[in-house]
Amino acid sequence: MILLVPEHVAGKLRPSARELVAAARTLSALGECQALLLGPGASAAAVELAAFGVTAHHCEDAGYEPFKADVWTSAVAAAATQIGAKAVIVPATRGGLSYGPRVAVRLNAGLLEDVIEVETDGTTVGAKRFSYLSRVTESVRSAGLPVVISVKVNVLAPAEPSGTPGSVSAIVLPIDPATQRIEIVSQSKASTGGVALDEATIVVTGGRGVGSPEGFTRLVEPLAGCLNAAVGATRAVVDAGWRPYSDQVGQTGKSVAPNVYVALAVSGAVQHLSGMNRSKVIVAINKDKDAPIFKVADYGIVGDVNEVVPELLKVLGKQ
Amino acid sequence: MKICTVLKQVPDAEASIRTAGDRVDLTGVTFVMDGMDEYGVEEAIRLREAGHQAEIFTLALGPKRFEEAIRTSLALGSDRAIHIETTDVLDVVTQARVLAAAVRQEGADLVLVGGKQADWDSSAFGPALAEALGWPHLDWTTRLAITGTAVEATHDTDAGTETVRFSLPAVITTQQGLNEPRYPTLPNIMKAKRKELRKAVPADYQAPAPLTQVGGEVIQVKARLNKLFTGEAVETAAQLVGALRDEAKVI
Ligand SMILES: Cc1cc2nc3c(=O)[nH]c(=O)nc-3n(C[C@H](O)[C@H](O)[C@H](O)COP(=O)(O)OP(=O)(O)OC[C@H]3O[C@@H](n4cnc5c(N)ncnc54)[C@H](O)[C@@H]3O)c2cc1C
Ligand SMILES: Nc1ncnc2c1ncn2[C@@H]1O[C@H](COP(=O)(O)O)[C@@H](O)[C@H]1O
Repeated sequence: MILLVPEHVAGKLRPSARELVAAARTLSALGECQALLLGPGASAAAVELAAFGVTAHHCEDAGYEPFKADVWTSAVAAAATQIGAKAVIVPATRGGLSYGPRVAVRLNAGLLEDVIEVETDGTTVGAKRFSYLSRVTESVRSAGLPVVISVKVNVLAPAEPSGTPGSVSAIVLPIDPATQRIEIVSQSKASTGGVALDEATIVVTGGRGVGSPEGFTRLVEPLAGCLNAAVGATRAVVDAGWRPYSDQVGQTGKSVAPNVYVALAVSGAVQHLSGMNRSKVIVAINKDKDAPIFKVADYGIVGDVNEVVPELLKVLGKQ
Repeated sequence: MKICTVLKQVPDAEASIRTAGDRVDLTGVTFVMDGMDEYGVEEAIRLREAGHQAEIFTLALGPKRFEEAIRTSLALGSDRAIHIETTDVLDVVTQARVLAAAVRQEGADLVLVGGKQADWDSSAFGPALAEALGWPHLDWTTRLAITGTAVEATHDTDAGTETVRFSLPAVITTQQGLNEPRYPTLPNIMKAKRKELRKAVPADYQAPAPLTQVGGEVIQVKARLNKLFTGEAVETAAQLVGALRDEAKVI
C-alpha cells in the first residue's frame, strides 16, 4: 500500500498532486495507492484525485488548516499505520519538508527527501536527489520498508487521469489536543500574484541590479506578465524589503526547475544558483559580462536591464 | 536554561566540488562551519547576552575534521562540546535518534540547528530531532524571543511569514535573517583550546541500524549554450526573443 498526501487549496488540488501520483505509479510494486486529504475542502479535492485511480480519504476537520507540523504528523502517521503503507509520499514543500521527517521518525521509516526520481524492487526504494547546493545528484536507497518520500515539486511529469476512478470516503482523524503545542499568533500572506513560483513553467527573477521595488513593477512584473511567468527574487532583493520572502529563489528560498528561468540583474551567487541551476533553459541579462550567472546561462544579454527589458517587452508585445 | 547548538562542518560555498569514482571527493577542499548553523550558535550567545542564565553546549556528529568547526563554536561562546565522531554517513532518522539520546543525556531546553545543510541539501534534521525528542519544532526561524519558557517566534512558510507562540523545550531551525553572526576573536580562539571537547561514538548512544544509504554521487552539470548577445538593446532583445522562439522553442 502507498499513501499519498497531496496538498490542495480550498478543495482545489495543487499541481504537485499529479506529480505525487506519478511517483506512486512508478512504485506500484508496493501496492495500491491511497491518498489522504486534510482540511476544509478535502472532500472536493478527494473527488478530483480519485479520477487518477487513487482511493481517496478525506478529513474536513478545520483543525488541519492552517498547517501545523505536529497536527499533520499525527494524522499522516495514523493513516499510514491504518492502511499499512509501505511508502508515504508527500510534496517537498515547506509543509512536507517539515512534517515528513517527523513521520519518518515516528514510523521508523527511511526518509528519501526532496527526490527527483524514485524506483523500487519491491523490498527497498531507490531515489535520486540533489546535494552540495544542487551541484551533485546523489542516489540513495532505503534498507527496507516503509519509507517516507518527499517529492521535489515541478520535476516529475504529472500523471494523467486513469480509466477507473478510485473510491472516495471520509476518514475520521480526530486532532489530539496534545499536538496543539504551537499557537499561531498571526500570518502574513505574501501576494505572489498569479502563478505560484514552484509550479511555474517560466520564472522571471529580479536581482539587486533591478534597483528598487519600482524596478520590479516597471521591468520584472511586466516581463513576467508577458510570458505568463511567476516572479522570483534574490536574497539581496528580499533582504532589502523589495519583495516578500516567498518570492526568494535559492538555498534558503525556493528551489525551482522551470522550462525557462530568466535572471534580470542577478549576479549568480552559489546560493542563488542552487535554487535554479536545474532549470531547463536559463536566460540572463546583466551589464557585467563577467557576472557568474552567464556561466550557467544558455542565452544572455550583456546590457542594462533598464534598456533591454523595455525592448523585450516591445518585441514580445508584437508577437 | 541549557541551550544546545548542533552543527556541521561543510565545504565552503565557493569551493568547487569534484568526484572521484562514484563519490564526491573532498580532498583539498576548504571547510567551514555550515553558515546556517552559525546563526544557531550566534542566537544562543545572544540569548545569554540578553540576560538568560544559560549554559551553551555544542553537539556535532561527523568525522574528525568537524573539530575545527566545533572549536570555532567554542571560540564564539559555547561553553563545551561533545563530538560524536564517525566516518559513517548516517541517514537523518538515525542521526536524529543518536543526537536525541545525547541531548537527553546532557539535558537541554532549547536546541538550535541550521535550517538546511549546505552539504546534503537536507532540511530534515531539525524536525527529525524534535520528533525523536518528543518536542515541537519551528523551522526557518527569523526571530526568536524567549521569556522564561515562553517563546514567541517568527518563521517563513510557503505562503509568507507566521508568528507563533509555544513553550520550551523545542527545536528551532535557523536561517539567514535571524541574526548577523560574529567572528571569533583571537583571544577567544586561544581560550577555546582549553574548553572541554568530549569525544564519543554513535554506539555510545545505541545507534540503530541505518534506514537509508547513499549509493553514488555524480556531478551532472547541464551543458549550457552560453550564447551571449552584446550590442544595442534593440538588437539584443530581438536576438534573444528569436533564439527562445525559434531555437530553444520555449516561448
Ligand atoms: C547562508 C546563505 C544563504 C543564502 N541564500 C540565498 C538564497 O536563497 N537566494 C539568493 O538569491 N541568495 C542567497 N544568498 C545570498 C547570495 O550569496 C548573494 O548575496 C545574492 O544572491 C546576491 O543577490 P543579487 O544577485 O540580487 O545581487 P548582487 O550580487 O549585488 O548582483 C547584482 C547584479 O546585477 C547586475 N546589475 C546591476 N545593475 C544592473 C543593470 N542596470 N542592468 C543589468 N544588470 C545589472 C550586477 O552586474 C550584478 O551582477 C545566501 C547567502 C548565504 C550566506
Ligand atoms: N548603477 C550601477 N552602475 C554600475 N554598476 C552597478 C550599478 N548598480 C549596481 N552595479 C553593480 O552591481 C553589483 C552590486 O552592486 P551593489 O548593488 O552596489 O552591491 C556590483 O558589481 C556593481 O558594480
